[in-house]
Amino acid sequence: MFKKESKTGAVTNKKSGLSDTNALLVITLVIFVLMYTGAITILGGQFTKWQTFFNILNGNAYLIILACGMSIVMICGGIDISLGGLTGLVTVACAVYLDEKGGSILVSVGIAICIGLAFGIVQGFLVAYLDIQPFIVSLAGMFFARGLAHIIRSAPFNVASETFNSLKETRIYISFLGSVNKKGVFVPAYIEIGVIIAICVAALMFMMMKWTRLGRNFYAVGGNRHSALMLGINVKRTKFLSHIICSLLGGLGAYVYFLHIGSGSGSNASGAEMDAIASSIIGGVMLTGGVGNIMGTFFGVLSLATIKSIVSAAGFNDPWWTNITVAIMLCFFLVIQSVVMARKKKAAKK
Amino acid sequence: MRDNTVLEMTGIDKIFPGVKALQNVDFSLNKGEIHALMGENGAGKSTLIKVLTGVYEKDGGHIYLAGQEKEVQIKSPQDAQNLGISTVYQEITLCPNLTVAENMFIGRTEGVIQKWGWMNKRTNEILKSLDIPASATQQLDTCSLAIQQMIAIARAVDMDCRVLILDEPTSSLDEHEVEKLFKLMRDLKAKGVGIIFVTHFLDQVYEVCDRITVLRDGRLVGAYDIAELPRVKLVAKMLGKEMDDMADLKGDAVSFTAQENSVPVYEAQGLCSNAGIKPFDFHISKGEVNGFTGLLGSGRSESVRAIFGADHVTGGKVKMKGKEVKIHEPIDAMKNGIAYLSEDRKGDGIIADLSVRENIILASQVLKGPLKPYSKSEQIRIAKEYIDLLSIKTASTETPIGSLSGGNQQKVILARWLLTHPEYLILDEPTRGIDIGTKVDIQKLVLKLAGEGMSVTFISSEIDEMLRTCSRLVVMRDGKKVGEIQGEDLNQESIMKTIAGGEEE
Repeated sequence: MFKKESKTGAVTNKKSGLSDTNALLVITLVIFVLMYTGAITILGGQFTKWQTFFNILNGNAYLIILACGMSIVMICGGIDISLGGLTGLVTVACAVYLDEKGGSILVSVGIAICIGLAFGIVQGFLVAYLDIQPFIVSLAGMFFARGLAHIIRSAPFNVASETFNSLKETRIYISFLGSVNKKGVFVPAYIEIGVIIAICVAALMFMMMKWTRLGRNFYAVGGNRHSALMLGINVKRTKFLSHIICSLLGGLGAYVYFLHIGSGSGSNASGAEMDAIASSIIGGVMLTGGVGNIMGTFFGVLSLATIKSIVSAAGFNDPWWTNITVAIMLCFFLVIQSVVMARKKKAAKK
Repeated sequence: MRDNTVLEMTGIDKIFPGVKALQNVDFSLNKGEIHALMGENGAGKSTLIKVLTGVYEKDGGHIYLAGQEKEVQIKSPQDAQNLGISTVYQEITLCPNLTVAENMFIGRTEGVIQKWGWMNKRTNEILKSLDIPASATQQLDTCSLAIQQMIAIARAVDMDCRVLILDEPTSSLDEHEVEKLFKLMRDLKAKGVGIIFVTHFLDQVYEVCDRITVLRDGRLVGAYDIAELPRVKLVAKMLGKEMDDMADLKGDAVSFTAQENSVPVYEAQGLCSNAGIKPFDFHISKGEVNGFTGLLGSGRSESVRAIFGADHVTGGKVKMKGKEVKIHEPIDAMKNGIAYLSEDRKGDGIIADLSVRENIILASQVLKGPLKPYSKSEQIRIAKEYIDLLSIKTASTETPIGSLSGGNQQKVILARWLLTHPEYLILDEPTRGIDIGTKVDIQKLVLKLAGEGMSVTFISSEIDEMLRTCSRLVVMRDGKKVGEIQGEDLNQESIMKTIAGGEEE
């Protein structure tokens, strides 16, 4: 059916006019909407309440930020599996600081950012300038972060600082989206501060990837490193910067996690890096690099979290069931993605 | 530097571990000229270009550009771009996941913000002016390869360059697109841009170029005005033979006459493959040695790869000893008694970490099937037999093949194919990169095998070797079979004339 357009370079062919990145984004959006409406119609109950949706946001704000960083590194052709370890380390460092020094919130945020920056500089340097596999570098980073966190303080502990706890408990009410509880009292829905930060980060990163030269260079390097070099892009610096941004977001995301959970522990956020990778992939980022969208990643995180809440709402409280469902969903997403991409390529070739 | 020179390279050296890729090469490019850079495989064309574009750093020599007082240092492709040197490579160096417009402008815009609107508008203008059927917002990999190549050229042209390097840009273009490219090149020439044009197609050189620089084995042969250098002389310079020497080198041509009414061992009609060769006819008789010749890229290797089924065969009839057979994949050819020693020893031939014994057994074992393995003692016996037969210099049968010298590696691969007892043996450049002694050994072996009744196709880029071993030569040019030379006519001069084609002297 596309044969006629082919001679003019398939310009008028709408299906192939959609870029890979956008095609995958559409798939993610459609699946997320289907899944959520499915949950509302089949399970009903809590899914009809706005607060359920906002709780998903509250509990996963940190993951949105981590996944944004992960997506950027992945689009640039790399990977960073140190993000979970980094999160653990940041919670311990910030908790120790706030508890022992009784210090200010601002400084603790600064600590989180600095730890992230340090990780970004070291890992980015090793990956970009010494040409070591990002998987290996960040694996080392992960072990280092977890180890260091346990050296600083081995047992988990809650932060006692009052200013911190009041910030942690701060709720932003959205009065027009509440629901009526069993007693007939109207309860307004709320979100935490972390959600605001996560949405701002996602929006900023989305704009950076779309409208700045640096963002486009990430895509170019991830698409074809060799070509990018020949086209006059500084490939090493671009890779370096992708790790810097990823780890900076890692520091920030870790602080949002800390703010949500309120305790410091070296084992905090275990497996968060894997959740971030899974969310990115569900959001349409390709492991091979060059393709992906931050908006997709945002909905990727929400999809992952929604799957988890659906499974537990359906009565399977055992975490293993969640894992199995996530695994199946991940495969399902990947199959759909590859089928759609293959069809798209075929249509474009004709 | 003279006034009208735009680029001057003097005494360029480039050394790779173990190889002197360029030795004391001079090159100069005038304003508003199209300058062909010619040479056979390994002559150093690509290396010279990569030195000029900052992909490789030179080990010696100087590069001067018009308008720059001092010599210039080019350390990265960015440096080259900033100095006004733009390049279109043979393999497309664009990003497939980005849009056409992004590929046009990435790496050469200023500021933090990506100006999509301006970029798309400008790209559409350029595409329209060059008559390229693509749209700015299309993702690059939805365009055909030829259009991608045109986009790469459009990018280079738009960069306002003083030196434009086209490294075999025409290999993926059809005739119409080549015409378009030539028109573009002439327009740029009129604007004073110096163009370096690398191609294997002699016709194209004589159509658009003003001067020719010939390289051979990493050394400069010379720079000539196009009018001074007729085709035959050019071919002679590329191959390293002077016309005057040729008479002496005629040598004793091998003569072979097939027995009357004998059926050819292998016969093909209208054979063609997806590797870009036009349909050709070919036959070989029992005990005959013939060869394919032509310049690099002429399709000599592609022809034999089609015979062996190593490329995807797209048409033609094949008969073995009069019976029609179908050869789609190498295993079909092997079952029909054809063996093929590939041109690319490292890539297609040896398995470096396996022992000499295992490398010898490989092809024969595949033919026997995995259920009937050779016993270890049998393997050792066979390996020893062939090590003696071909006098392979190896410490033992268990030495990893990777530690042998190139010539001995080649002999092991040869043993591998001889062990399959082929009726028809194809040797593609078996003598490349090995020492003279082994070269002679291999040539003698070819004649001996033919004497025993094997049919052999022997390909070499050294015409002397072909003359010594072959009784019939098939000449290829631009993927077409352009002639067959045998008997009286089999000498250097007639071969070169046929390779060069076109004009007669």
